[in-house]
Amino acid sequence: MHILVCGGTGCQSSQSDAILSNLRDEIEAKGLSDKVQVILTGCFGFCEKGPIVKIIPDNTFYTQVKPEDAQIIVEEHIIKGRKVDRLLYRNPETKDAVGDSKHMGFFKKQLRIVLRNCGFIDPENIDEYIARDGYMALGKVISEMTPQQVIQEIKDSGQRGRGGAGFPTGLKWEIASKNKSDEKYVVCNADEGDPGAFMDRSVLEGDPHSVLEAMAICGYAIGASQGLIYIRAEYPLAIHRLKIAIDQAREYGLLGNNIFGSDFSFDIKLRYGAGAFVCGEETALIHSMEGLRGEPTIKPPFPAESGFKGKPTNVNNVETLAAIPIIILKGANWYNKIGTEKSKGTKVFALAGKINNVGLIEVPMGTTLREIIFEIGGGIRDGKKFKAVQTGGPSGGCLMEKHLDTPIDFDNLVAAGSMMGSGGMIVMDEDNCMVSVAKFFLEFTVEESCGKCAPCRIGNKRLYELLNQITEGKGSMEDLDRLRNMSVVIKDSALCGLGQTSPNPVLSTLDNFMDEYVAHVKDKKCPAGKCKNLMEYYIIPENCVGCTACARVCPVNAIAGERKEVHQINHDVCIKCGACKDKCKFDAIIIR
Amino acid sequence: MSQIKSLADLKKKREEIKTGLDVRIKSIDPENHVQVKVAMATCGIASGAKPIMEFFVEQLDRRNIPGVVTQTGCMGYCFAEPTVEIKLPGKDPVVFGYVDLKKADLIIEKYIKEGELIDGIIPVNYETIDSKE
Repeated sequence: MHILVCGGTGCQSSQSDAILSNLRDEIEAKGLSDKVQVILTGCFGFCEKGPIVKIIPDNTFYTQVKPEDAQIIVEEHIIKGRKVDRLLYRNPETKDAVGDSKHMGFFKKQLRIVLRNCGFIDPENIDEYIARDGYMALGKVISEMTPQQVIQEIKDSGQRGRGGAGFPTGLKWEIASKNKSDEKYVVCNADEGDPGAFMDRSVLEGDPHSVLEAMAICGYAIGASQGLIYIRAEYPLAIHRLKIAIDQAREYGLLGNNIFGSDFSFDIKLRYGAGAFVCGEETALIHSMEGLRGEPTIKPPFPAESGFKGKPTNVNNVETLAAIPIIILKGANWYNKIGTEKSKGTKVFALAGKINNVGLIEVPMGTTLREIIFEIGGGIRDGKKFKAVQTGGPSGGCLMEKHLDTPIDFDNLVAAGSMMGSGGMIVMDEDNCMVSVAKFFLEFTVEESCGKCAPCRIGNKRLYELLNQITEGKGSMEDLDRLRNMSVVIKDSALCGLGQTSPNPVLSTLDNFMDEYVAHVKDKKCPAGKCKNLMEYYIIPENCVGCTACARVCPVNAIAGERKEVHQINHDVCIKCGACKDKCKFDAIIIR
Repeated sequence: MSQIKSLADLKKKREEIKTGLDVRIKSIDPENHVQVKVAMATCGIASGAKPIMEFFVEQLDRRNIPGVVTQTGCMGYCFAEPTVEIKLPGKDPVVFGYVDLKKADLIIEKYIKEGELIDGIIPVNYETIDSKE
């Protein structure tokens, strides 16, 4: 028998250490050491109900355990085999105790479709993919389905593109299939550029064949024989594994001429991008592949009519493609039962920022932010308070506490002032200054703007300058109006998706955190204490013992004071490096 | 390597691989066979998964433990890299996080040899479409 005790930060801060040692003492006292082992584990991700203790093999899941409960757990459960009812997890709706963790909703919150093979198979061995029904979907479409049936199946599944905009995949394929041409192209968009998003890389590194198979299926459906993967050169491992995967698929005849003995031929090549954010936009991506500057052009013509080399081209994102083989194998009716009314299937999210379980998760559409952040993600680091979550990267917006219970899908996120984007989620706590956050994302878009259209090139730069002024305490209330007006104009007039969405972080922080902007402008204070120009270090006279440690460490000699007397900081000289605060042993130096 | 010419071919191949893997596993020694999977995506490698993988390959051999060490993709527990999954015969796979060389040694000595769990297990908190059926 094993007793697992959660040792994540959340549970440890509520005394899981003491629970662990009490359990160990108790087991030893009862002479059970050779039969029962007490193990400290990583985070269960269920920090809201921590500390967690789990008993295996019967999968009993105890929540909110206290150190003094150790005795009863050992005496009742371990010795007498009776579950301790009052500690069991209760179903939040029915209030019934759940004895077996396998019946807990929490562990079903993540459902892995796209990530089904990631971390399970060896990505450099095609046999392992085949053993997991790999290439069966391709075989099925070529031998048993017409291209129209394939497109219909994808349309029925209700899948929408995972690259950000959420355009229906089946419809995209249908348009490309209807355009007549001697050659068509299937392009996989692996130019993942959102700060904080890494699901495409992980899929390509962990399960490259799923993408190759899906591209071949798409080629069959729209009548293309050439596939191209546009991947950034900054992903060397993904490129390496893709190359191996393509070679292995060719050796098996799963790529190349006359696949499965049919007259369908399909091959895939790699195209490297230099890592420009705008090249994730499909027209810019196509130009970059053609050897031109990675700049977007006006749509129409859409790539489905005139794309790569002027031929009909279908561009899909990695995550979109990775789900295709499963949709074909299990059927549209299986897939469209997962998710919400208008957003079907699952979505992979990359959790980053001030969250305990940084990593990749996959949940059905319609899961709430609260479930993602507090249950799967394990809550906020160091027990701090949740402030906001940025979804959709630099094109998205910040959602706050009031949005936590909104079911996430394409439409709800837009309604809340953000967007799905590629699925990056950057979680922020009370220490994050929202003006600085908006400034950070804008700095990114200013850097990544291709410079073709004026609203994006000039407008974003001006927005950035305004934000900079505000963080330096030089902003006025008129600046806030100017920020909003300019943002709206940029959204309406920019050429491509990058410019049309780049003011989103500004608008959403203006909407949701106006008080923070006002504090910066009116009171010249940064509530989170992040903006250097708006804070000052201050020595609390009562706490200062005059040890001179701070004065000695100050690089600009801004601290004056005699030994054993209260010191003072000269604010005209102070460069706000924080060295004195780090050095002070008496917590006498604060930021205010 | 032979070419796959039809759907039937592929199905045959799949069965071959499945039984092949099975035979390979069972032929070594059903009682003592161990599967070790090291998460080797960029996040894992950056946190030092490569030396861990080499360590397992070398040490299983040196300590006479019949087993197969394979690499795999990201398991999603990026906060706890390097992560290693150990599947002992007849048991559910167990994932260990924050594996360094010392921990790897402990995993071999305690878990693989004795079947004794050690601190630092990462509980599985998801379902795949396979487990749902």
